[in-house]
Amino acid sequence: MSRRLSSLLVQHGLVYTVLIPGSILTLIPLLWTISTSLKTLDQLNVYPPSWIPNPVAWWNYRELFEIQPIPLYLRNTLIVVAAWEIGGLISCSFVAYGFARLRFPGRDFFFMLLLSTMMMPYIVRLIPLFVIYTKLGWINTFLPLIIPPLLARNPFYIFLFRQFFRTIPEELADAARIDGCSEFGIWWRIILPLSKPAMAAVAIFAFQSAWDDFLAPLIYMGNRPELRTLAVGLYYFRNMPGQLPMVHYLMAMSVLMIIPVLLVFAFGQRYFIRGVAMSGLKG
Amino acid sequence: MREGQATASAVWPGRRWARLRRAALGYVFIGPWLLAFLLFELIPLVMAFVFSLTEYSVVGPMRWAGLANYWEMFTRDPLFWISLGNTVFYIVFAVPLGIAAAFTLALLLNQPVRGTALLRTLFYLPAVVPTVAASIVWLWIFDTRRGILNLPLIALGLEPIRWLSSPEWAKPALILMSLWGIGGSMVIYLAGLQGIPGELYEAAAIDGASAWQRLRFITIPLMTPTILFTLIMGIISSFQVFNAAFIMTGGGPLNATLFYMLHIYNNAFSFFRMGYAAAMAVILFLLVLGLTAIIFGTSERWVYYGGGK
Repeated sequence: MSRRLSSLLVQHGLVYTVLIPGSILTLIPLLWTISTSLKTLDQLNVYPPSWIPNPVAWWNYRELFEIQPIPLYLRNTLIVVAAWEIGGLISCSFVAYGFARLRFPGRDFFFMLLLSTMMMPYIVRLIPLFVIYTKLGWINTFLPLIIPPLLARNPFYIFLFRQFFRTIPEELADAARIDGCSEFGIWWRIILPLSKPAMAAVAIFAFQSAWDDFLAPLIYMGNRPELRTLAVGLYYFRNMPGQLPMVHYLMAMSVLMIIPVLLVFAFGQRYFIRGVAMSGLKG
Repeated sequence: MREGQATASAVWPGRRWARLRRAALGYVFIGPWLLAFLLFELIPLVMAFVFSLTEYSVVGPMRWAGLANYWEMFTRDPLFWISLGNTVFYIVFAVPLGIAAAFTLALLLNQPVRGTALLRTLFYLPAVVPTVAASIVWLWIFDTRRGILNLPLIALGLEPIRWLSSPEWAKPALILMSLWGIGGSMVIYLAGLQGIPGELYEAAAIDGASAWQRLRFITIPLMTPTILFTLIMGIISSFQVFNAAFIMTGGGPLNATLFYMLHIYNNAFSFFRMGYAAAMAVILFLLVLGLTAIIFGTSERWVYYGGGK
């Protein structure tokens, strides 16, 4: 008993001595960002710097809203997010239903093709697409950022839905088929309502990816200040010509950008983690 | 037997029609993806190959150039080799270090110890931080005079490290920053570890295997498929490392962080040399393809596929 107890203590000690300092190191950048965002210009130059700002400069955030069009950036970002959400939840689950529950020649070939597109470097398509969008007059519009996601372009979401759909008992669909339900009806009325965990995971992934998207909004509509998303706006704020933007404002804007993803993560953590874990499973 | 055949052929036309209908239905369902694949993957891929053989600035006419872009890349553009070298340097350090760190974290977090749920969340948090915000945050952390990373050095009276403004430190700085976001692979490893049957460890314990032996002969072999997956995805995404360098250093100082993607970006969107950029993208595509094939090729020697195959 005492031997077990001592080995338990050793195990706990070992784990904690690595994990607790490690987690503090991991959190420092975030805490430091929040701390900096609440400092006055004078406090920024104090050495040694303090963790708790005194006074707490809440007004930095108000001033940030005066110098940067945050609501506009937010609106633009949310337009992109909406396209990713609709495309992810509706189009990708629709396609996934075909791959998961229907039998037809060529299905496995196309599924392998779908998986292999996950490995294609996106720059290969970015250059031709930029040319195509230029010819179509789509540059400096939202179209390049909302049309592709609306079609089922994301192979990972399709993969996630397919894996989940395959765990739903076939008998449920068979019963519906006997009652004369079409495949569309089965997808929409039976499979989707049973797939809330997968939908939650995809919804969170789509939010995070759209929120994080940088290169596409930069090259497709970064030239027009009124079309910038939060990510592109933050980039231009830091690179504003003429004057040095002040660190506390940059940190405040970063905090504003981080809070929504943290909230989404906090509420959907369970599904989110399961989704990430599933990405490591083989088809 | 004969009777059976006769019945089958009588039923055949109806069945065939049903099968055709089912196949058509299948293609209706995967149709949106097929369309997206055609429009946003296949056609652009073919166009990239064609562009790579031309000189094209989007506004001007497209001129046939043969293999001139590739020739220029390999023989007359030192920045191509510099950017490739920088990218390889980044991959060689960031990918293995990331795997080792994420795997160690997952092993520790998989121990039956109190508080791991909270710790898992804490270690995962940086992975959800948007890359642009993370880059701005780390710019401030790496700040030579006021950055938090140099505080201990300054306190000890040592010379502060010029993380992002010296050619020697800029790449290590970006690699360090990449290690902050390993939460994703950590979660993948955790899921893999939880999938290892407990009986294996019990049997090993009865045989008197030490903790190290259990790790070496059970955990690691059973995790090799997961490691293979994260290795390949890690290499592919590291080949395309862009945001952090673009935002934080712009490729500098002295091209120390000019990664492959940055060089493509500069050619395509700063100089509007679409043909040259497309040629570089094609080479990237072939590199990724070749490397993935090589790793899969060697995988039979070190990846354990339980029992069969």
